[in-house]
Amino acid sequence: MLLKNHGIFERHSLILTLGIVLVVSIGGLIEIAPMFKIESTIEEVDGVRPYTPLELVGRNVYVREGCYTCHSQMIRSLRDEVERYGHYSLAAESMYDHPFQWGSKRTGPDLARVGGKYSDAWQVDHLADPRSVVPESVMPPYEFLKHKVVSADHIGDHLMANVRVGVPYTQGAIDSAAADLMAQADPMADSSGLQSRYGGKVNARDFDGDAAKVTEMDALVAYLQVLGTMVDFTTYKPETADNLR
Amino acid sequence: MSKREIDDHSGVETTGHEWDGIKELNHPLPKWWLYILYGSIIWSFGYWVAYPAWPTLNSYTHGILKNSDRARVTTEVAALKSARAPMFAKMQATPIEQVKSNEELFQFAQEAGKSTFNDNCATCHGAGGQGNKGFPSLVDDVWIWDGTYEGIRQTINFGIRSGHDQARISAMPAFGRDGMLDAGQAGDVTEYVMSLSKMADANAGKAARGAAVYAANCVVCHGATGAGDAAQGAPNLTDAEWLYGGSRADIAAQIHNGRGGVMPAWSAKLDAETVTALTVYVHSLGGGK
Ligand code: HEC
Ligand code: HEC
Ligand code: HEC
Repeated sequence: MLLKNHGIFERHSLILTLGIVLVVSIGGLIEIAPMFKIESTIEEVDGVRPYTPLELVGRNVYVREGCYTCHSQMIRSLRDEVERYGHYSLAAESMYDHPFQWGSKRTGPDLARVGGKYSDAWQVDHLADPRSVVPESVMPPYEFLKHKVVSADHIGDHLMANVRVGVPYTQGAIDSAAADLMAQADPMADSSGLQSRYGGKVNARDFDGDAAKVTEMDALVAYLQVLGTMVDFTTYKPETADNLR
Repeated sequence: MSKREIDDHSGVETTGHEWDGIKELNHPLPKWWLYILYGSIIWSFGYWVAYPAWPTLNSYTHGILKNSDRARVTTEVAALKSARAPMFAKMQATPIEQVKSNEELFQFAQEAGKSTFNDNCATCHGAGGQGNKGFPSLVDDVWIWDGTYEGIRQTINFGIRSGHDQARISAMPAFGRDGMLDAGQAGDVTEYVMSLSKMADANAGKAARGAAVYAANCVVCHGATGAGDAAQGAPNLTDAEWLYGGSRADIAAQIHNGRGGVMPAWSAKLDAETVTALTVYVHSLGGGK
């Protein structure tokens, strides 16, 4: 019947629009909606925590500078990638990323597990002038990040915005966001509060080699140094039915 | 819809649409195209049955082939490991000093070592290990730390000032920044350090005064003659190889700031066999001890 009467859709734009909405939402309902219900989408792992305020600022710099246009953060389950970058990425590793930084373009290497791979000093040298350490690099220089001082004014709101989309920051973490932001980049500061909120493994030190101020370079390096280091792979069981997919 | 109407001129049916006397011909889709479309629809039914496809309320259909990308990559990585296992086992069983004299093992270690080096070490130590300012060259026979096989292996496994509890550590004081030497003393000892490696532009008068500053502050680590001390990672100051550069400004900067280079620990990222291969590779680059 419809096959013969397609003229109805072709002649009435409103009916055509309704038809399109109907067809597209079937796809959405069947393919996307169940993802929010399926429990095995996100693996159960130990160790993944929300980003610290400083790491969150670094992540914002990463997004703002468009690092994702050249770098992915997704080690695919392919042999050669696992050989080069380490364990394939888990969904759990980006569950607090809003939006996630999986990316799809690799002008440079994948960064999903770059945390701890290089020293802070190398990261700073490389970001400030990539060709000073990797002569053949085509990565642009980000020297200016060393001079941009991070402001803690709105960091509590940033955490709050993440809470709205489901990141489990506690009220305590939001209240002390500004203090935590400063403490993580200051080697002299008391980082016990930071550690009680984000765990003992959290990196707290002067990242950019300039202890006098907290810069966007501190924040970006803190973010890079935590990438891919959260999951405790000694307790993760990749072979269980839920984790194989 | 209007009745079927055949266009006189072409003999093809029209759609019945007409604009200003111009009519639209109704050319059906080519048959081959339609059959491919129908074929793909039928194919998708088979796919749904064979592969993971449909979400259910709290899981999804796994498909009768039980395909899992993660299981596949795990077996592939394991297969690769077991293919390399015999050679790796042989290499691990051979005392590392003797790997070099076994042609086949040496070849294998070189290849495995080189590809691991390019993925993990070249960013700091340069593509061929030639080094960069702040990141030592590995192609010469000058070693800051222990340059024997076991020494190199330890450096790779645990790193230098890496935070690992077995890391090599030492710290040169920041003589200038922390006010341990005043500007005059720092300037004098800079000239003295330059004179140690026989730099022509070292100021002889200042260097003579600097000798006393050196004797009081630097000997414990760099030694009375400036030959350095590998146990403390204190570089030889009498040669022409510089970690932080050999200009007057570079040397003065190190005396002022006392930088300490950080080399990450690799024992958690690379397995023991790979570290052995790397050690052999690095040792062969520039004449290990
Ligand atoms: C024009 C593309 C481009 C952009 C934009 C870019 N990079 Fe890169 N990046 C590269 C390339 C190419 C390399 C590999 C060569 C090198 O090490 O410099 C690289 C390497 C890196 C590495 C070393 C990775 C490894 O494992 O060796 C890090 C870390 C990195 N980039 C971080 C960043 C960050 C952070 C940003 C944003 C501030 C960024 N990059 C923006 C192209 C880019
Ligand atoms: C983040 C940069 C970085 C990376 C990556 C790195 N190194 Fe190093 N490496 C250093 C620094 C810096 C030193 C010198 C430390 C010091 O100042 O004593 C060093 C020192 C060494 C030494 C001792 C040199 C000497 O003269 O005693 C060896 C051997 C070495 N690295 C091998 C490796 C190997 C093999 C890899 C790859 C698995 C690697 N390094 C990766 C930064 C790095
Ligand atoms: C506690 C031990 C210690 C003392 C004391 C010390 N140094 Fe050092 N020095 C080191 C170490 C360790 C390094 C290597 C730093 C690195 O690897 O990053 C070094 C590096 C240097 C370098 C750079 C060498 C290069 O290859 O670039 C110079 C120059 C130097 N020291 C001069 C001095 C002078 C002059 C004094 C005395 C005023 C002094 N040091 C006292 C441990 C020491």
